[in-house]
Amino acid sequence: MAENLLEVKNLRKYFPARGDFLGKAVTVKAVDGVDFAIRKGETLGLAGESGCGKTTIGKLILRLLEPTEGEIIFEGKNILQFNKNKLKSLRRHVQIIFQDPFASLDPRKTVEYTVAEPMKVHSLNPRQRRQKVLQLLDKVGITPEQARRYPHQFSGGQRQRIGIARALALNPKFIVADEPVSALDVSIQAQILNLMMDLQEEFHLTYLFIAHDLSVINHVSDQVTIMYLGKIVELAPKKILFHSPLHPYTKALLSAIPIPDPTIKREQVVLEGDVPSPINVPSGCRFHTRCPSLLPVCKSKEPVLREIEENHFVACHLHGES
Amino acid sequence: MFSRKKKIEQISKLQVNSYSELNETFHMLWSNKSAMIGLILIVILVIVAIFAPFIAPNDPYQRSLPFRLKPGIWSEGLSTRYPLGTDYMGRGILSRLIYGARDSLTVGFIAVGIAASLGIFLGLLAGYYGGMIDHLIMRFVDIMFAFPSILLAISIMAVLGPGLEKAMIAIGIVYTPQMARVVRGSVLTVRGTVYIEAEKAIGSSDFRIIVLHVLPNVMAPIIVYSTLSIASAILDAAALGFLGLGAQPPRPEWGAMLADSRQYLMSGAWWAVTFPGLAIMITVLALNLLGDGLRDALDPRLRK
Repeated sequence: MAENLLEVKNLRKYFPARGDFLGKAVTVKAVDGVDFAIRKGETLGLAGESGCGKTTIGKLILRLLEPTEGEIIFEGKNILQFNKNKLKSLRRHVQIIFQDPFASLDPRKTVEYTVAEPMKVHSLNPRQRRQKVLQLLDKVGITPEQARRYPHQFSGGQRQRIGIARALALNPKFIVADEPVSALDVSIQAQILNLMMDLQEEFHLTYLFIAHDLSVINHVSDQVTIMYLGKIVELAPKKILFHSPLHPYTKALLSAIPIPDPTIKREQVVLEGDVPSPINVPSGCRFHTRCPSLLPVCKSKEPVLREIEENHFVACHLHGES
Repeated sequence: MFSRKKKIEQISKLQVNSYSELNETFHMLWSNKSAMIGLILIVILVIVAIFAPFIAPNDPYQRSLPFRLKPGIWSEGLSTRYPLGTDYMGRGILSRLIYGARDSLTVGFIAVGIAASLGIFLGLLAGYYGGMIDHLIMRFVDIMFAFPSILLAISIMAVLGPGLEKAMIAIGIVYTPQMARVVRGSVLTVRGTVYIEAEKAIGSSDFRIIVLHVLPNVMAPIIVYSTLSIASAILDAAALGFLGLGAQPPRPEWGAMLADSRQYLMSGAWWAVTFPGLAIMITVLALNLLGDGLRDALDPRLRK
């Protein structure tokens, strides 16, 4: 088994929110105690409804946000204790691809400039910088002629490719892909996903792949984590999770994936209601307000994430006693 | 594959023309007719200001009371000597306008230059860093807002002493809060964008982000606001002159000419007020046209 490149321990991020009508200060518990590890060269898919804290985790790993509590260990070192200089050198190894390709590129800079900038900031390859930039762009399917253009002259898929080239410019080991395809057409999504997987092989990349679309997760991941309201509810290798999900929430998510064959009959689990507000997290199990197989204990006691079978972690009272 | 690699190598060896960005901007400006009209007008004004002694038909300081408040070429008589008529002291208005371009343009540009540099600096700091810095700067700005602008200018002049140069500084300071506000507002929207976050993710320093990415993206409102401010600066300099704090008479300055001749408007000497007013208007119009064109030319999204 390969070693862990990144480990996250008991990660929490609480955002202060302006109080209710009485002016009481409240906190939004965006990420509320999350543990996981990613092995070198693998992809961890992180899925969950919007607002469950997926993106926050991605930003915490890049230290674009400072966590309230917890540890983020990259190559054996807790990056939360890094000072400014160490943090800057960490940036060479950890990069991010953003969700919205229309917002993630500076509209006043040429594509060539944008991709060259990480190297300028870290003073890398001063002589061959231009050549390196054009090679990177070529890798992601942007021709040298297009390099002098501005972001508005490209389509969404092309811009996302440019975003990927920028993330690769520093030769990182680890990339957080924050819903990299959710803003794109389905036909383009496949291209970008395949590109990312090719690049993973070529550069030995490790991905944290954040998405709300489970079929995308299924396509790219080795391990899959399902989050609900700031906590992990299930974590397992892809095959196990997709074939024998244990948590009712995972089952509901999986049953919502459309199958392009109307003759197949299957059990549909339809969740009722909305995700509760992360300001007022339900007592006991966070999911109990919407859970179809509710036990009496769920309302009072919060289930812990435990290993039910090998590599298969679930936080649910239904599977607690085995 | 091989040919592609070769091509990349070839292209990467080509000399990168660092002027091409500037070239494109110029090209864009060149093809914008109204901006070119603005630019031409401003160039003419500047030339007139520089070569005033060679262009002006008479001495702008030469009083001749027999000729006071005489009309210009549109009426019979004195037309050729004073093309635009004379003021209440019998000085040629055209000559005074030509000499006045020197002071008025200087006041406008320098005062707004001071306001823009201070305002951009404060606005960038307040908007980008937010929090305590933002609070400190913006509350200070609010305090300055609480004073009527001319009163604030007068009190600054009271400290600095009278004179046109001091008036420029005073007006610059008075205009700073508004400029800081405009800049801060735009910085707030840019600061929240994903491309700024991406800059942080690659490890850019705050200084680099502010100068290379925030500033270019907030230039549009700064340019528009600055060009508009130049007009008010010229007029405010006149107001200070009127109070004896700005340009000291008999120095010809457009605003001062306007203020001095105001009382003779009712007695029919419309030219003494109209021409300085027109001069200010043309300057402002030219600056606005150029400013608009410049804003568009600097935005790659609008280039074809």
